[in-house]
Amino acid sequence: MSNPKYLLFLGCVIPYRLSSYEISARKVLAKLGVEIVEMPEYNCCGYPMDVINHELMLTLAARNLCIAEQAGLPILALCNGCFCSLNETNKILKEDKKLREKINSYLKEIGMEFKGTTEVKHLIYVLSEDVGYEKIKNAVTKPLIGIRVAQHSGCHVLRPRKYVGRDDPENPTTLKELIRLTGAECLDYMDETACCGNPIIGVNEDVPFQMAKEKLEHVRAVGAQALITVCPFCHIMFDLNQPRIERAFNEKFNLPVLHYPQLLGLAMGFSLEELAINELRVKPTELLNMVK
Amino acid sequence: MSEKNETREYVPTVIKAGELDPKFKYKMSKMHGAEKVMACFQCGTCTADCPIARFSEFYRPRRIARMVQLGLKDRLLLDKALWLCSSCFTCVDHCPQGVEIAGIVRVLRNMAVADKGILPLVYKELAINLMKSGFVYEIPESRLQKRTEQGLPPLPKPDVSQVMKVFEVTGSAHLLEKVQTFARVESK
Repeated sequence: MSNPKYLLFLGCVIPYRLSSYEISARKVLAKLGVEIVEMPEYNCCGYPMDVINHELMLTLAARNLCIAEQAGLPILALCNGCFCSLNETNKILKEDKKLREKINSYLKEIGMEFKGTTEVKHLIYVLSEDVGYEKIKNAVTKPLIGIRVAQHSGCHVLRPRKYVGRDDPENPTTLKELIRLTGAECLDYMDETACCGNPIIGVNEDVPFQMAKEKLEHVRAVGAQALITVCPFCHIMFDLNQPRIERAFNEKFNLPVLHYPQLLGLAMGFSLEELAINELRVKPTELLNMVK
Repeated sequence: MSEKNETREYVPTVIKAGELDPKFKYKMSKMHGAEKVMACFQCGTCTADCPIARFSEFYRPRRIARMVQLGLKDRLLLDKALWLCSSCFTCVDHCPQGVEIAGIVRVLRNMAVADKGILPLVYKELAINLMKSGFVYEIPESRLQKRTEQGLPPLPKPDVSQVMKVFEVTGSAHLLEKVQTFARVESK
């Protein structure tokens, strides 16, 4: 079987402030034989514009889909938000003929046409469905035995079920399985599928901070040494904002938050530098001592 | 939450019949994402499972659905609480009637922008960045430099003229020109 090949869709927030996710993802994907092609001339996925004008979101997303159609390759998204808008737009426009005609009338102005010939996948589904658990298991050379972590898949790789339709939104297992392949233990905790709160942080910080604080408490309660994420927005909420949450509630969590490809990368024998571990705000000192 | 706050006085809201727009629910039912709003029978599952409602004293998805059915258009569109939904889609997945509450909220937000000309500042800023650079964040030169140092391939330059064209043909550029912005939405 030939190696899976994708256009890598980075979105905005990863190149803006979370290159650690991109660096580690590229490393593990290459080692697993996934071929990555750079997405040419892409624009924002459209997600943040949905609140302003739905048709604007659909057209911005569709422009990216048209680029993928022209390249004849499926899209691999690292960000849950990008996956949400690109995947949803792809499915909506494939099904809804009337809406497709409308969006195509806009795309015509920039010389493009949505045909419905591409597919959009998030990193965790590329790993679980296309690479496969067996291949990942075989690539693990330094199993993370004794390490206990918890997962936060985030909303948009699970919901809405109608458009994602892969993992069970009520009891997601994909990321858990992927974590277990590294040799680490993946602990269950309360309200695992709850939102991180980040999407509304631009208008109100109180509610997202309370949501994130509750999540950090639940993860701490089961004794996890780290939280594993697969979305830059969730990661920012729990890692970058953790000191602010600690100050707001006069609490101390000191809970490291790793991108999944960083955890997998450690189990595949990559160095800390290769996985950009030093870019994390909360240093995973205890966990790294156990890896050595 | 307010339910637990026993000292809070209950002040009933008076709704004048003239405020009701009986056609509003039909208009909403034609919008993509809000088609099933009339099927809501007020069971409250959306609100019970809403992570925002847990921490806000007045953000209640069930109430939004009811207000749409009643036709309280102006109250809905001018209520800043509309901007508290984090679009986690829990309500959409849990609704026994198949009502897409998060979709309804999005349609109402689009209407608030188009009909009332209001928008939280953050989204206007993101839109301006997007029109200028193709990305919602203006990625500084230092970041691009760092990519090279880290051995990452250069970021592609988006076709800004095409992005701008998309804003124009969808009428979004015009909408953004005239919107009044507000910075913060209270949750309590």
